[in-house]
Amino acid sequence: MNIPDYTIAMVVAIPLLGAFLTPLVSKINDKIRNIFVILVLALNAGLVFLLASEILTKGIKTYIFGAKDLTFPIVRILFEVDAMSIFMAIISSILVLIAVIYSWAFMKENTGLDKYYTLILLLTAGMLGMVLTGDMFNFFVFLEISSIASCALIAFWTDVGESVEAGFKYIVISSMGALFVLFAVALLYGQYNALNIALLSNLIQYTFLDKIALVLLIIALAMKAGIVPMHMWLPDSYGSAPSSVTVILVSATLASLYGVLRVIFTLYGNALSTLIRFDISVNVLIGWFIVALAVISIIIGVTMALIQSDFNRLIAYGAVAEIGYMFLGIGAGIVALGTAYGKIALNGGIFHIMNDALDVALLFLVAGSIYYATRETSLDKLCGLARNMKYTTVFFIIGLLAIAGMPPLNGFASKILIYESTFQINPILAIVAILCSILLLAVFVKVFFSAFMGPKISKYSDVKEVPKSMLISMGIIASIIVFIGLFPDIIISNIVEPASNALIGYSEYVSQVVGGL
Amino acid sequence: MIYNIPYIAVAALILLGLYALIFKRNLIKMVIGITLIESGVNLFLITLGYRKDSIAPIYTSSPGGTMAFPVPQALTLTSIVIGVAVLALMLSLVVHIYRHYATLDVSKIRRLKE
Repeated sequence: MNIPDYTIAMVVAIPLLGAFLTPLVSKINDKIRNIFVILVLALNAGLVFLLASEILTKGIKTYIFGAKDLTFPIVRILFEVDAMSIFMAIISSILVLIAVIYSWAFMKENTGLDKYYTLILLLTAGMLGMVLTGDMFNFFVFLEISSIASCALIAFWTDVGESVEAGFKYIVISSMGALFVLFAVALLYGQYNALNIALLSNLIQYTFLDKIALVLLIIALAMKAGIVPMHMWLPDSYGSAPSSVTVILVSATLASLYGVLRVIFTLYGNALSTLIRFDISVNVLIGWFIVALAVISIIIGVTMALIQSDFNRLIAYGAVAEIGYMFLGIGAGIVALGTAYGKIALNGGIFHIMNDALDVALLFLVAGSIYYATRETSLDKLCGLARNMKYTTVFFIIGLLAIAGMPPLNGFASKILIYESTFQINPILAIVAILCSILLLAVFVKVFFSAFMGPKISKYSDVKEVPKSMLISMGIIASIIVFIGLFPDIIISNIVEPASNALIGYSEYVSQVVGGL
Repeated sequence: MIYNIPYIAVAALILLGLYALIFKRNLIKMVIGITLIESGVNLFLITLGYRKDSIAPIYTSSPGGTMAFPVPQALTLTSIVIGVAVLALMLSLVVHIYRHYATLDVSKIRRLKE
């Protein structure tokens, strides 16, 4: 099947258009608005899947805004989609769809829901734009769109002081990060007179200014991805936002992680093998830097999760640790660029992006369900919920085992790749990773016992199971988790492997644009 | 030296903004810090596109001569628009925070646990 090129633009345009139509549609009826939003996002997800099948079989696809062909100098905005971009787009569109289905019942009692859905659609457009664009300045614009929308969503419950506080923290961090990105873009533009990622990658000389730009880009985007020591905003905003929003925030965070990958592998792809002092090449330096941050993230995330008593914050610290695992795989892949086990590490890191998004999302949805049923998030007060909430308990067990990397589920499939490849680089890395994974299991078993097990108490004796829309959305994620866990090979060979090949073989991405001039 | 003055101003603005963001306790001053960084970055973009003795890049009935580079100006315009949106959002959050906490002092706004 042949798909026209403008499908790429439509993937971003449809949520944007839907966002502006939502307030109008919600004038008619609340139910129609919910159906409208779900349909828009389902249509978009369908287009993403069509695009994915086309790109995975036929290679990179580009769409040029406002012209048929590229002419020199490139002033056109360009969307360039390779296997890595579409991998992230698939994750984002699945998570957003699930979050919207979940919101149907979860957010029902709130007012101002037309704004809520408008912001969700805007955030979707921003995230998808970030992963699909092939232009650095355009990347900054979408980064700002997604951070403005997600800040407004974090502070959606404005009647709670904590939400507003977390929202302010988030907007300060993210707007500062975005300005650093813009400054780095300006540094690159001033030297090479280009904004296109492919063209910049072709021209880059790795001068002193380029080094500054690289540092600014990695720091700003890693800060938005929530890696230690720049993680302090993450538990606050994940803990205070509505659970349905948190699921989307997880994928917005991963879009920033995609930015890190794109900058290192594609934008600085030519410079990676440059030798610097003491015969160390750039990729080893960057790789070890990322690995060090990743190990600190894993340790701090897990140990902080151990002492939390709030359900949402506990999962958020677990998410920090999981981000550490992703960066561990990716960093190890950068250190050992070109070797076989480096490839496995990169595969593991990229595969873990998908698994972490699903596991953390499922756990947050379970936390949201418990909040919906009992209006309580403190683990000290929750007790014996398994008696009344059977399905939620099952979903929590699935999420718990998956995030801790237990064998039949998806977390294990990617973590084993990370363990076996980091072991070859340095055994200590693998040991820390396995130990912290076990600790993560301990953390969540503690949660399981304090929230779901225990004696029957009168306060929670008439707690009911959550409504169907919430069960359906949790069920979808849980079944995807089990499916990936049982058949990891299908996912690895069809989506993950092309994505890591696209990162390593950046020259294809570059020649797609430069060769067409 | 005279041509470097804009770049010195850029560095001064960004450092001043960072200082306000990190060391000031008042939320409004932190917001001002962010806008200072933003002005610095915008000034940097504009300076990159300027050539000596150039005129505005408008082709209709142009008197001729060197033109300033139009792309950075377009970028700056976009960045200014985004900056206004961020500023409005931040100030509205400050209003909400003041309603909840009755203070703008950062050290007193810590209801979120450590």
